Amino acid sequence: MRLYGTEIASRLLLGTAQYPSPAVLAEAIRTSGTAVITVSLRREGPGGGGFRDLIAQAGCHLLPNTAGCHSAQEAITTARMARELFGTDWIKLEVIGHADTLQPDPFALVEAARVLCAEGFKVFPYTTEDLILGERLLEAGCEVLMPWGAPIGSGQGLRNPEGLRSMRAHFAGVPLVIDAGIGAPSQAAAAMEMGFDAVLLNTAVAKAADPVAMARAFGLAVQAGRLAHEAGLMPRRDMAAPSTPIFGMAELL
Amino acid sequence: MFSVLGAGVAGLCAATALAERGARVEVIDPSPDPTGASWYAGGMLAPFCEGEAAPQEVVVAGQAARDWWAARVPGVLTHGTLVVAPPRDQAELGRFARATQGHAPVDPGVLEPDLAGRFARGLFFADEAHLDPRAALQALRDRLLTLGAELHFGTDARPRGQVIDCRGLSARGELAGLRAVRGEMLLLRCDGFHLHRPVRLLHPRFPCYIVPRGPGLFMVGATMIETDQDGPITARSVMELLSAAYALHPALAEAALIETGAGLRPAFADNIPRIVHQGDRIFINGLYRHGYLMAPALAERLAQTLFQEVPLAS
Repeated sequence: MRLYGTEIASRLLLGTAQYPSPAVLAEAIRTSGTAVITVSLRREGPGGGGFRDLIAQAGCHLLPNTAGCHSAQEAITTARMARELFGTDWIKLEVIGHADTLQPDPFALVEAARVLCAEGFKVFPYTTEDLILGERLLEAGCEVLMPWGAPIGSGQGLRNPEGLRSMRAHFAGVPLVIDAGIGAPSQAAAAMEMGFDAVLLNTAVAKAADPVAMARAFGLAVQAGRLAHEAGLMPRRDMAAPSTPIFGMAELL
Repeated sequence: MFSVLGAGVAGLCAATALAERGARVEVIDPSPDPTGASWYAGGMLAPFCEGEAAPQEVVVAGQAARDWWAARVPGVLTHGTLVVAPPRDQAELGRFARATQGHAPVDPGVLEPDLAGRFARGLFFADEAHLDPRAALQALRDRLLTLGAELHFGTDARPRGQVIDCRGLSARGELAGLRAVRGEMLLLRCDGFHLHRPVRLLHPRFPCYIVPRGPGLFMVGATMIETDQDGPITARSVMELLSAAYALHPALAEAALIETGAGLRPAFADNIPRIVHQGDRIFINGLYRHGYLMAPALAERLAQTLFQEVPLAS
């Protein structure tokens, strides 16, 4: 998988918040097989060096995020700070529209994406499955879209699978990453079977009773889902279709 | 002679364990006024609740804390811990119950009449306790003087004995792998509202606890932010802690906000505290959010090692 021209070895992207400890986080990163980890800095500020140094040791691509930003300007400022602190022009752009549902503010998102793309950032926008919003983000210069599966941290999975299918079909060729709302490996596998390029999640691993084992489960599920997508899933049928031919068999009795 | 650097909870517990074995002990701290993580702590002796995120090692070692403190300082209350969740976050209660031991289901209103009718279900950790950390620090200082230990405050005191370094984050220069986890707290005065034990409110985004500190006084804590920025509490943190307190009971909205504080917790990458022998120094550090819970176990382990009650740790 290539994101902004960079070859990425794993289709699972992992968030780094809410783990019991940085040591557990490091082990979860390792067992998940992820190659991209997201990092927040809005709240931690420049003083978060101790934690940043620890996660830098994981050897993954860092994808700083603008989690906690509620306006385009806040997100832009945070992105600029992230570029300085992490030395990367990758930014996961989150502009929150509602403090409770944490759903993106589509208008501010496009505005911030336009400014950041013009400044040379490689923007990974956290968006909805809305097609026109997706088009506007591509026009702004984004080369990746990250539609939500469900609200952040809710673990509801793919809340609008038909809408997501439409999005996949509409943006053929654009890397699409399901970001947020994934609660179980089966949901991550389902997203991959639908042809999404990758899955980004955090809470489902961080808050598992055993985050390290859950990280591995998600890594395997994402691989299985991708493999199934490439292998070509059989179509659904309304009726049973016996896998053993019965025509011409000798009648018993 | 032992020279304990740092008069926070780690240093005072270590000094106490050594002095109780008859050793000559001095405690050295730049400032007579307590500051730092120990001063802003909640004072919960809650090994089972902490097991939600802490490793089993902390759960086991932390169980010694209650009796250690109760034998040495006044005001250790074994009233247990009550854990509740807002109606729409009931799933969090189930998750917490699965991740911890030592609890039983309870009707919160039976334990805390002022919370009657607000929460349908709760978890009760009957064996847990709490203390007032500021009073406990002072009581340990007094006890140390009674045991013949010396307390030296100021920057010109030079250690005269084997150094036991308990300086928390100030030891970062000498001790590798130590980082800061910022914690912020509030102190509320709310007359007419009563809690008998620490109450933890589970919330997916703003988990918080409220610890009663005597009549009408409540400590609300604590944020956990991966940063070494000190300085005053942020507006956002005040908002989050107060909104959690308000969710626990709207009466707390009328409380007087009498103090805010922020401290930096020292932590190693696995968030487990440890005793480190390095050069001619012995460090006790990385107590993270478990200062009052883990300091007694570390102090006893140190003293047992130094007095060769147990074989020297490798």
